[in-house]
Amino acid sequence: MKIPISYNIRNLIARRTTTIMTALGIALTVAVLLSVFALVEGLRSSLASTGDPLNLLVTRKGATAELNSSMTPEQFQVIKVKPGIAKLPNGEPMASLELVTVIVLESPDNPAGINISMRGLNAAGIAMRESVKITEGRWFQSGKREIVVGKGVAKRYPTARLGSKIDLGRGQWEVVGVMDGGRSAANSEIFCDLAQLAVDQNREAGLSSVLLRATDEVAKQALINDLTSERRLNVDAISERAYYESQTGAAAPIQFLGIFVAIIMSIGSSFAAMNTMYAAVARRAPEIGTLRVLGFSKPGILVSFMLESILLSLLGGIVGCLLVLPLNDFTTGIGSFTTFSEITFDFRITPEIMLSGIIFALVMGVIGGFFPAFSAARKQILTALKQN
Amino acid sequence: MSNVVIQANNLTKEYVRAEFRVTALDDANLEVHQGEFIALMGPSGSGKSTLLHLMAAMDRPSSGNISVFGQNLQALSDAEIARWRNTHIGFVFQSFNLIPVLTAMENVELPLKLTKLNKTQRREQAKRALELVGLGDRLGHTPRQLSGGQEQRVAIARAIVTDPDVILADEPTGNLDAASARDVLTLLGRLNKEFNKTLIMVTHDPGAAKTASKIRYLEKGKLLPEGQKPAEY
Repeated sequence: MKIPISYNIRNLIARRTTTIMTALGIALTVAVLLSVFALVEGLRSSLASTGDPLNLLVTRKGATAELNSSMTPEQFQVIKVKPGIAKLPNGEPMASLELVTVIVLESPDNPAGINISMRGLNAAGIAMRESVKITEGRWFQSGKREIVVGKGVAKRYPTARLGSKIDLGRGQWEVVGVMDGGRSAANSEIFCDLAQLAVDQNREAGLSSVLLRATDEVAKQALINDLTSERRLNVDAISERAYYESQTGAAAPIQFLGIFVAIIMSIGSSFAAMNTMYAAVARRAPEIGTLRVLGFSKPGILVSFMLESILLSLLGGIVGCLLVLPLNDFTTGIGSFTTFSEITFDFRITPEIMLSGIIFALVMGVIGGFFPAFSAARKQILTALKQN
Repeated sequence: MSNVVIQANNLTKEYVRAEFRVTALDDANLEVHQGEFIALMGPSGSGKSTLLHLMAAMDRPSSGNISVFGQNLQALSDAEIARWRNTHIGFVFQSFNLIPVLTAMENVELPLKLTKLNKTQRREQAKRALELVGLGDRLGHTPRQLSGGQEQRVAIARAIVTDPDVILADEPTGNLDAASARDVLTLLGRLNKEFNKTLIMVTHDPGAAKTASKIRYLEKGKLLPEGQKPAEY
């Protein structure tokens, strides 16, 4: 049997100002860490959930991204008849030749403009992106300068809203639709007709990539082997999901900085918790002496004060989680060195992230509470009783 | 009066204070029998409280030995002493030493947390102890909501709730007004007479000491032989 937990809870309530200030310090540290985690998780889930698991992305050999890849219509003709490619309902192979380029869109936050990926594709490319739905307007028509923007782009760029017209190269492009790609990268992109974009960009002979859908996992691996080993094609083929997952590295500097700041803050918060608990131990020395006289052991005292520190940090952890909760689904963007364009995504605060915040807070409580609790347990009874 | 409860032999306690050796208790010999109520009196610094603390195993003697119910206290580890104290000793402090954030009931229940009693049994026993000291209607009051006399009665309830063999009281009336002091002394007297509890009380107050069945005096760390007292008494 231990010293009742009500003793600790009521002591925390009794010195509520100190409790609130210390808990807030811990809460802010947790909030910083969770913001970083939510950002990374948002980006990761946005990129990792892009595309069907059986999709393959074919690019020029050695290209690190679609943007620096080049694919000719002749190559596409060879690729799309390869065995193991799934069929569309109309019997056509699930193969989409695509052109990816970068345009600059202005926003109130960035008057100089931000790079956005613009993807030219045909009906097959749209059909292969089952998760992408039109939420406003309609799909673009072939042969017209019409574009459909991802919901993340529409949200962040007033110039890219339904009905707007954007000057790109040879003419004005009208925004005719907004698409929702769930949590996929399509939300960060602009889709348009392949032929129109290729003409405007003067790239009819040098397109970017081919998207394929294999019939199954075995066929997918066979296709990768077939395509990458065929010398006349001179292409690489990788899983579309793996391609997007590799872009999560864009968040690495922010993740590093965020965790670094959170660690520095956590040291400060642990010291704050330690200071609070040392003050509590000093003020309650006669109580500690009394508890010992009543028969509570030194380990019992240690556990009780540790528990109090942990409760304090738990409070901070919970407040930290609540502080960061409004960030959930907040849309932001991050520049990718792979695509040289912005990836828009939503902050994601998952139960696992919140749990990690609570654990982080508890670790601060344990570190901050151990030494004061140890000093409380070591107090001589008479010395403790005489302290005031 | 044959059962020896406390046996102290050649008990000495020395402290070192800034290079000076101070003898707080010097070669004390004491035998306390079951059911005795002994008042320890003497001037400040005479060693009364030191002797009381050694009996409660709150401190260890520099030399000599002390046994309670035949158990040599020096032979026990810290953890064993904590358990022993919870079972055998009830301690009443001059300044009550109640836990301010706990109610009277919770304060009294506290020592029972170390026993095997379940929550209901603990509550019932704590309530009985509080009723015994006349505070059955103050169970939910915190120390701040009680008078000094009531606080000391809660402290006495806490001291007796485990049904200890010995109750040690360190100036239990020192912080009380005359009426409250009288109530507390009456209560201690009842515990001795009606419940046959062995009581040892440190006091400065000759009036309080009269409640005891025996008075022993200390002077300059020496426990005077029975019947002897310092000149100023």
